[in-house]
Amino acid sequence: MGTTDTTATRRSDGKGPGFRKSLMTLAASVMLATSVQAATPSTAEVNTTGLAVTDDTVTVGILHSITGTMAISEIGSVQAEKLAIDQINASGGVLGRQIEFVQEDGASDWPTFAEKTRKLLRQDNVAAIFGAWTSASRKAILPVIEQFNGMLYYPTFYEGLEQSPNVVYTGQEATQQILASIDWAVETKGAKTFYLLGSDYIWPRTSNKIARKHIDKLGLKVVGEEYYPLGHTQFNSVINKIKLRKPDVIFASVVGGSNVAFYKQMKAAGVDFTDEKPLLLTISVTEDEIRGIGGENVEGIYASMKYFQSLDNANNKEFVAAFKEAYGDDMVIGDVTQAAYLGPWLWKAAVEKAGSFDIDKIREEFAGIEFDKAPEGYVRIHENHHLWSKTRIGQAQLDGQYKVVYETEELMEPDPFPKGYQ
Amino acid sequence: MFDGYTSSELMSIFAMQGFAGLSLFSVFVLMALGLAIIFGQMGVINMAHGEFMILGAYTTYLTSGFFQSYLPGLFGGYFFVAMILAFFICAALGALVEWLMIRHLYHRPLDTLLATWGLSLIMQQAYRSIFGAREVGVDLPEWMMGAIPVTDMVDLPINGVFVMIIALSVAVGVYLLMYRSGYGKKVRAVVQNRPMAEAVGINSAGIDRATFALGCGIAGIAGAAFTMIGSTGPSSGQAYIVDTFLVVVFGGAQSLIGTIVSAFGISQAQSTMEFFLSGSMAKVLTLLVVIGILMIRPEGLMALKVRR
Repeated sequence: MGTTDTTATRRSDGKGPGFRKSLMTLAASVMLATSVQAATPSTAEVNTTGLAVTDDTVTVGILHSITGTMAISEIGSVQAEKLAIDQINASGGVLGRQIEFVQEDGASDWPTFAEKTRKLLRQDNVAAIFGAWTSASRKAILPVIEQFNGMLYYPTFYEGLEQSPNVVYTGQEATQQILASIDWAVETKGAKTFYLLGSDYIWPRTSNKIARKHIDKLGLKVVGEEYYPLGHTQFNSVINKIKLRKPDVIFASVVGGSNVAFYKQMKAAGVDFTDEKPLLLTISVTEDEIRGIGGENVEGIYASMKYFQSLDNANNKEFVAAFKEAYGDDMVIGDVTQAAYLGPWLWKAAVEKAGSFDIDKIREEFAGIEFDKAPEGYVRIHENHHLWSKTRIGQAQLDGQYKVVYETEELMEPDPFPKGYQ
Repeated sequence: MFDGYTSSELMSIFAMQGFAGLSLFSVFVLMALGLAIIFGQMGVINMAHGEFMILGAYTTYLTSGFFQSYLPGLFGGYFFVAMILAFFICAALGALVEWLMIRHLYHRPLDTLLATWGLSLIMQQAYRSIFGAREVGVDLPEWMMGAIPVTDMVDLPINGVFVMIIALSVAVGVYLLMYRSGYGKKVRAVVQNRPMAEAVGINSAGIDRATFALGCGIAGIAGAAFTMIGSTGPSSGQAYIVDTFLVVVFGGAQSLIGTIVSAFGISQAQSTMEFFLSGSMAKVLTLLVVIGILMIRPEGLMALKVRR
């Protein structure tokens, strides 16, 4: 484990950033002129903008909620990011430098995320920030990270409609998750009618908009679309409506505690998902959520994600084993946790390709960066800062794991501004 | 709206909607009774009510784990043990909180609001530290899962029926305690006229502590029951608190009957509207109606008439 020091500042000299910057630029140009290329490139060479880089360390920031209502979801991401950092350090670090991190708590409070981003960038001069989970926290970070030209690695699958030069999106955007899953339901399950159900905020609403457009294009029918406030715990009425409308597929994007209530009440109302009448297809229930819902309540539902813990490949087996060794055998790994794990690795790849920690130089190199050690398999960064990745359908089992029943043959192209779906 | 459905389908749906409304009603009654007792009888707004409920839920979680490990043969009946434990643990903590905090703030209602809100944050973080930030899954015995098929279309969820029975029992229990026991007589005397009650020798401080503990204990039972229908996590209590306040304030602060009437009204309105509108719109309309009625009757549906 690395340090969890949240207060220390790592400015080694007492001079202001401006002075140091010019000094370093000077030093860097000298270095380049003499074209000294050592195994560990000199600090002046790889860091011309005053980031917290020394001859043998580089400091990054981790910014997630570890208290408050979102802690439940974000702690898995923190664990994954720390694991990736430890592994990178064990394999020699980045450009010969060991990664240290400063961890800050967003406390499930969006203004706090903005404030802590400012602190990480201005006071700690971190070379990268791995963080945020909800779209709201990302939107709070956005103006700060753009103003001070930092780089955020954001792990959650989200609604798209965004493409910041200062963010790398390691989770899927909405079309990657949705289009393939609806095609799958139509082709292999013969689905004709859909019931769209979600929590009432931007992600489910945008996702269902895309889903509805796609269903319309296929000439099929949406028989109901419905949203419930976050934290809603009574789903009996909608369950009755679903029973009356008899859709082939319930397309669900309910989140948080509501999720638990919804599946428990479906089960109690006598719906057995293994019958697939109706078939339930969700984009919001990962293995993490199933721990709270209970495997017996979701057995038989299908989820569309890019990653499941049960994926059968060598990378993933290594990843799961390492994760469990670090955090205990009863850990489960969901889609976002895996995406968070990609963050430090993609950053390392970009830094090494650029030969520099400078944000502007890294940004030039993003497009086309590949990572073939990803637990989900091969991924590649698109020029729009999202990842090319496969979409998979898993069926929930009694033990809380998903069994992968389908995966797209090709990598899905990320398309945060889908034409014809807005 | 009803095109394409046979009349038997419609009948079944109305039957099931009726049941959905009733089960929402029992959930509201369970949530609100504990708060109503504390708010109504003592004038204290307990913002930590939801967290006491979750304490009951965690008690159920621990009890279920204990039975699974040590008494697997009796697992089918663990839920009753869990509810009793939840009641006493929450009541004990309630008494402690009253002694440490609430009794010093009786004449400062806004401060009790702040203090109990702070308490709710402390309790949430304590759950997070002890049980982890993730929601825990509470295993239920086999017999509590699934539904009783009445006809082809109509299924009654067993846990819904069970919550109804618990709500009914608790309501009857509270009624007997408040209106048919010596303790209840003292509580009502203190509510109606505290100095006079003290003058005739009633230990009003003791009554306050017992009442606060009782309210928290009922929250514990509610929390235990809600493990069947909702989530158990450090901040799950927040999901219930708004509805709970709504029911209590709408019913009239000092009237337990008012609480029950208001729970019935709100639950029926909400579940009927949910069927015809979307979930969020149903909530909006319910709140608008409640606000409208409270503007006309600020004291709530049923106000206790006492001379001040």
